[in-house]
Amino acid sequence: MSGLRQIAFYGKGGIGKSTTSQNTIAGLAEMGQKVLIVGCDPKADSTRLILNAKAQQTVLQMAADAGSVEDLELEDVLRIGQGGVNCVESGGPEPGVGCAGRGVITSINFLEENGAYEGMDYVVYDVLGDVVCGGFAMPIRENKAQEIYIVMSGEMMALYACNNISKGILKYAKTGGVRLGGLICNSRQTDQEYELAEAMAGKLGTKLIHFIPRDNIVQHAELRRMTVIQYKPDAKQADEYRALARKIHENSGKGVIPTPVSMDELEDMLMEFGILKSDEDMIAELEAKEAAAREAVSA
Amino acid sequence: MSFEYSSDKDFHEHLIEEVLEAYPEKSAKRRRKHLNVASAGEDGASECSVKSNVKSIPGVMTIRGCAYAGSKGVVWGPVKDMVHISHGPVGCGMYSWAQRRNYYTGLTGVDTFGTMQFTSDFQERDIVFGGDKKLKIIIDEIEALFPLANGISVQSECPVGLIGDDIEAVSREKAKDIGKPVIPVRCEGFRGVSQSLGHHIANDVIRDWVLDKGEPEAGFEPGPYDVVVIGDYNIGGDAWSSRRLLEEMGLRVIAQWTGDSTLAELERAPQGKLNLIHCYRSMNYIARHMEEKHNVPWMEFNFFGPSRIEMSLRAIAERFDDTIKANAEKVIAKYKPLAEAVIAKYKPRLQGKKVLLYVGGLRPRHMINAYEDLGMEIVATGYEFAHKDDYQRTMSYVKDGTLIFDDVTGYELEKFIERIRPDLVGSGIKEKYSTQKMGVPFRQVHSWDYSGPYHGYDGFAIFARDMDMAVNNPVWSLFKAPASAAA
Repeated sequence: MSGLRQIAFYGKGGIGKSTTSQNTIAGLAEMGQKVLIVGCDPKADSTRLILNAKAQQTVLQMAADAGSVEDLELEDVLRIGQGGVNCVESGGPEPGVGCAGRGVITSINFLEENGAYEGMDYVVYDVLGDVVCGGFAMPIRENKAQEIYIVMSGEMMALYACNNISKGILKYAKTGGVRLGGLICNSRQTDQEYELAEAMAGKLGTKLIHFIPRDNIVQHAELRRMTVIQYKPDAKQADEYRALARKIHENSGKGVIPTPVSMDELEDMLMEFGILKSDEDMIAELEAKEAAAREAVSA
Repeated sequence: MSFEYSSDKDFHEHLIEEVLEAYPEKSAKRRRKHLNVASAGEDGASECSVKSNVKSIPGVMTIRGCAYAGSKGVVWGPVKDMVHISHGPVGCGMYSWAQRRNYYTGLTGVDTFGTMQFTSDFQERDIVFGGDKKLKIIIDEIEALFPLANGISVQSECPVGLIGDDIEAVSREKAKDIGKPVIPVRCEGFRGVSQSLGHHIANDVIRDWVLDKGEPEAGFEPGPYDVVVIGDYNIGGDAWSSRRLLEEMGLRVIAQWTGDSTLAELERAPQGKLNLIHCYRSMNYIARHMEEKHNVPWMEFNFFGPSRIEMSLRAIAERFDDTIKANAEKVIAKYKPLAEAVIAKYKPRLQGKKVLLYVGGLRPRHMINAYEDLGMEIVATGYEFAHKDDYQRTMSYVKDGTLIFDDVTGYELEKFIERIRPDLVGSGIKEKYSTQKMGVPFRQVHSWDYSGPYHGYDGFAIFARDMDMAVNNPVWSLFKAPASAAA
């Protein structure tokens, strides 16, 4: 392993980023990689499946309790989970208060300064929802993550978010070394999902690195606060995550500068796949509906 | 004026072209709109409009302040019996510590708090987790340490607006807890283009959180001669020397906004018969509100220099009965010998001296006649944060050929001073030493250069002495310009 690899998972809120990242990390750990997870979500649920426990102490909460982040030691916030994976949750304020974005910056700086990255093969950032402000873009800024993996699905809003995140990557790709590693489709079993994901990847100039089929075993494992690899190591879904882990591992240095598309181009693509209807179609549909309603009245 | 030009007007017009040449085309185009030379109109008033109240161009070293400066530094800070919290990181509070030179009476730290500094000193965790909890604690601490404070205001610094703290909710809650007004002011520095928006925000807060909420003051009996002095911040005691004249003419000053004022004075203002506005720029908003809501008329006045004082005293008296009108004449007659003695002493020493002014939102016009009473001449004047209506009000003060500049840049001001070489420059601390190094006498006209008052007849005597001290200081004869030294 040549040096430290830093990667980050982004994607629309609720798409399954934390689930996907932790299952994949379990795969990386199985391959003998030393991994540090940095949870960058105030909900602090980026390490739950690895630690088999919810909500450990977060960097920011402990810093607030101690007075300031300078009063913290790394041991206070670092926990070791399944497969020897190191886990840190940045944490943050409760919803509607303060500035979670600033919190992400604070805790990443703290971790770097205190040597949390030493001896690791991988640092994996799991970042909340969309890139809402500069703070949540911290992992894609210079000298942080080299590759970003966007978790998406065939749903319209997931594709919008996917394009937006690519814009953020593009911005920092010019000033730093960040690249788009690829898309990970976490299947929602929508129509032509695989083709749509491939097409989206094509638009962004990247590839669909893996298509994870939907399987209820993921939820079963999650209810037990476990990754699939821990819960049922020989399940078919466990192999999917292993495959994804291997692909990410082999993808080192193969990231690209994304080519996000305009809103119009994105919507054209969605229309092609029948997700979004054109104005003409919508009007025609509406007229048909009204006509049917009139007939029903006159009948 | 130099030899090549037929008149000051001609010279100043060329000067504008000269300074604009230094800029890239786009900046020159923008800056041109802020520079003008007054030209005499048909009715005697001068045309001197320029573009104003727009964003400064980055990099030009504007001397403007921010919304926080406008609220905390100007409007709220002088309310002496309240504690004003600089809410946010420590810097804004640190650098606005001790306020402007708003004089006040009282025991600092006991019943008055003007020169003290209270700050929530935001740390990283307050940004991340929000500062509302800390604010509550601070309010409790203030109540415990300073029980004689009559209220608290929360002056927001930038981060409070960025992270969206709910200071209004905290204020409501704590006001109930401590049984005193707690007033949130959303004067985050990034709002607006200068301190001017801070004045406006502060005025609106007085409207919403003081006038519309205040309960009638026990024991206050309104009278027929009640007036309120608005927009006098008592710099070096200005409001005191103004108030004296109004009282001598039989009026009762029931409130000073906000120099040496109390919260109770703010609350009782709508019960007055007339609002007298000195600094129009910073407080016209609340005067207009009181006119609409409380039916209190307002008028502007000017207590700089005897000629404007006389005009103002008569104009104010016009709003009252014959007794007051007669009193006004008595006051004018009483002080006439004083004013004449001052002029007799200093006019011969200051006659014909040229003055360049660059101040905030009022003095670039208001002070002009005080200089003229001493025989001095305003060759150039400009505002930091004036609006269009201020330039309209400037017309009646300036003459044909006066150079006018808005939000002047460091480069322009230096160039103007260098080329015009006025006998006196009146501006702020940031301009003082660079001007003096150019060999040009200077007086600070924000802070009165640690002197004052300059308002009223008493103030005029001090003003005249100070200007003479600056212009005729023997130090200016002790060095020679390199060119003449070589000869």
